[in-house]
Amino acid sequence: MTPDIPHLWPLIGVAVIIAGFILRFNPMLVVIVTAIVTAAAAGFGPMAILTAIGTGFIKTRNLPLIILLPLAVIGLLERHGLRQHAQNWISRIKSATAGRLLIVYLAARELTAAIGLTSLGGHPQMVRPLLAPMAEGATETRYGKLPERLRHKLRAYAAATDNVGLFFGEDIFVAFGAIVLMSTFLHEAGIDVEPLHIALWGIPTAIAAFVIHSWRLRRLDQSIAREMAGEPQPVVPAVATPEGR
Amino acid sequence: MVLSIQHLYILVGLILAVTAVMTLTDRQHPKRYTSGLFWALYALVFLIGDKLPPAVVGAGAITMAVIAGLRGVGAGKHREPTPAQYQASAARLGNKLFMPALAIPLVTVIGTVLMSKVKIGDAFLLDPKNTTLVSLGVGCVIALALACWLTRETPVQGLRESRRLTDALGWAVVLPQMLGMLGLVFSDAGVGKAVAHITTSYINMDIRFVAVVVYVLGMALFTIIMGNGFAAFPVMTGGVGVPVLVGVFHGDPAVMAAIGMFSGYCGTLMTPMAANFNIVPAALLELPDKNAVIKVQIPTAAALLVVNIFLLYFLMFR
Repeated sequence: MTPDIPHLWPLIGVAVIIAGFILRFNPMLVVIVTAIVTAAAAGFGPMAILTAIGTGFIKTRNLPLIILLPLAVIGLLERHGLRQHAQNWISRIKSATAGRLLIVYLAARELTAAIGLTSLGGHPQMVRPLLAPMAEGATETRYGKLPERLRHKLRAYAAATDNVGLFFGEDIFVAFGAIVLMSTFLHEAGIDVEPLHIALWGIPTAIAAFVIHSWRLRRLDQSIAREMAGEPQPVVPAVATPEGR
Repeated sequence: MVLSIQHLYILVGLILAVTAVMTLTDRQHPKRYTSGLFWALYALVFLIGDKLPPAVVGAGAITMAVIAGLRGVGAGKHREPTPAQYQASAARLGNKLFMPALAIPLVTVIGTVLMSKVKIGDAFLLDPKNTTLVSLGVGCVIALALACWLTRETPVQGLRESRRLTDALGWAVVLPQMLGMLGLVFSDAGVGKAVAHITTSYINMDIRFVAVVVYVLGMALFTIIMGNGFAAFPVMTGGVGVPVLVGVFHGDPAVMAAIGMFSGYCGTLMTPMAANFNIVPAALLELPDKNAVIKVQIPTAAALLVVNIFLLYFLMFR
């Protein structure tokens, strides 16, 4: 093999992970098998494989903190009716729909992330206890009891809206890690770019993300209205009964 | 520094250790021993992981994956209040219930924005490399105290609730870390270089628009595989962006970087590899389909990728 062509064997790992996810094996198992296969394909011995897995597992211990730390508080509040209260609270706002609520949240999440306040949201502390119950509550106030499938759809939209707002907001904040990473990388490649310019050129995409996702949230409202109109409801008699009887 | 990320590891390790003990002593639990072992191993990773030889941790991680793969991690039975009790409590506490929940982000923001430079003597109050995470930890502890005071519960009940939710999440809690580990193994093994080699060798990029499409879709595709736009950026920008878009076609590198990274984020929205954003929320919201969040995100991400191609094409070559 010539020196400027990289080893292609580790690509087997990519094939393994795609096959594993498509065949719906347990993701934990797929990931660990992929790690072993990839390292072996790169010529690592058994001890080196274990060491690579262990070192990587220790280095990434910061990742689950954001999920695990809020659980005690959120669990305690849920036990005392936080989700029920979130639903009751939104039901007082008569003009609220799931779509409108999520559009407002999307705007707030994207704008606050754009000024660096990325922690004003998140799935464990905002979406599960507050946003998802509110989306469900607003819809229930309008249409009554929701089928389970629709309830799940609303929750998935709530989670997705938090992601879209965060992703396309944070990257226009100039001190965000990604901007630093990009300008450092370009600098090393011999190109000097002002971090502020990278942040500013992100704005068109950030606006497009807001427009596209808001449009989909409006369509969500329409599809809920259509679906709930089709649900069995008190049937209006075809022949109007005379009044007063 | 006074408060570092090490303290958070110990805190989380202790919470997981309590979860493990509660599971092992729960006679009603259908998978008492395997679940208990799973959480005990995970607790050890946080409590003493950095003092153990890495190979031992690696063996532990493989054991955890095998337990999860053999369906050994299950949820215990938790007694929940009745709907009437929930409503009564919600009516009694009202908006006060929001206070501890909102205290978490509020304290995190205050810590990140205002306290990051505060020193006690010569030491930083908060770990300067991990200000946000440490502030989040402080926020959660303050919020727990507030919640206990408000609901007249003990912190032990908080630990029980933490275990209930950890149980509900199951192995999905560990998946982001497993994937993070895989990303590091991928880069050790040179997967990124191999992918860049294939994309750049077999596609004709003499046409400007084709080069733009390859860069945008390559960022998304690579992020779908690696689960992280940060991993895709150096590979695609080093392979296509700098040599072709800037080198050959003299495009504006600031536009390329900004829109390139956002194209990577479109990939993040579409992949189970970004478990923290896509799989964990599905578990957290108790959705039967673990890919439900991804399915909702795909239309937004795909439309945005098309928009990005044209934005990059027209803005980069003004």
